[in-house]
Amino acid sequence: MFPLGIYPYIVGGLIIGISVSFSYILTGIHSTQSSLFSSTLSYFSKTPYFQRKTYLDSREWRLFFAAGVILGALVYTITVSPDGFWVSSVQWWRLVVGGFLVGFGTRLSSGCTSGHGISGIASLSTTSLYAVITFIAVGIVVAHLTQLLGVVP
Amino acid sequence: MNNRNIVLLVGGIIFGFGLAWGGMAKPEIVLSFLQLKDYGLVLLMGSAVAITFVAVNIVPRFMEKPLLGGEFKPRTRVLSRNTILGAIVFGVGWGLSGQCPGSALSSLGVGNYPILIGMISMFVGAYVMGRYFG
Repeated sequence: MFPLGIYPYIVGGLIIGISVSFSYILTGIHSTQSSLFSSTLSYFSKTPYFQRKTYLDSREWRLFFAAGVILGALVYTITVSPDGFWVSSVQWWRLVVGGFLVGFGTRLSSGCTSGHGISGIASLSTTSLYAVITFIAVGIVVAHLTQLLGVVP
Repeated sequence: MNNRNIVLLVGGIIFGFGLAWGGMAKPEIVLSFLQLKDYGLVLLMGSAVAITFVAVNIVPRFMEKPLLGGEFKPRTRVLSRNTILGAIVFGVGWGLSGQCPGSALSSLGVGNYPILIGMISMFVGAYVMGRYFG
């Protein structure tokens, strides 16, 4: 069940929870991830969807938050990481096709693993619960189908 | 730079550190969960939810408002057809590539530069959604 042990996951999850709580207790902001796309696109597109108040109000802190996420992972890598810098072997075409669907789907659903999965569930939102059950179930099916077609990893 | 941005920058650093510590910067580990070989992602999500639950539901009983102003409001969304359709589309992309928005950002931080292609695609996907279906 846990070939890499359970501690990295529990510690990582607790740290993420502390981060979300830290931002929430100080500012009341739910620091979630996928709205970054729409809020950043508001700088470049006049489309009404991107010019919504919620994106205009949050676009600045979302960029700071995203920069922080990159930086935090970098700090982990150069301090306590057992493996140092690391490059994935997931093929480029999977990143392209998968990335498009992730961008489209998370925005259509108004949330991702962070917005629905952490903040939404912690807020006892049934909408988020349905979303999480759906994307995990579909993800499991598609990951298995991909594997059946001989695609590794 | 206002205080809110500084808080979110620091919050982001902690978040990215936790994602990387918990292995989520590696699409391979996310895929091994979706392939049902390693259930660690459930532990990570559960621990993150447990802490956040306290911040969202318990802390506001003892504090009137956030320390830097604003208001405490749980994150809720109205359930619609799009919530589920979007989650299905996201699930297909997630299962195919093992990347999601936060994990992709942290993946950049651990040096996984090819994930930039995935991030650009996410922006394109979000653009198409907002422009033609928003």
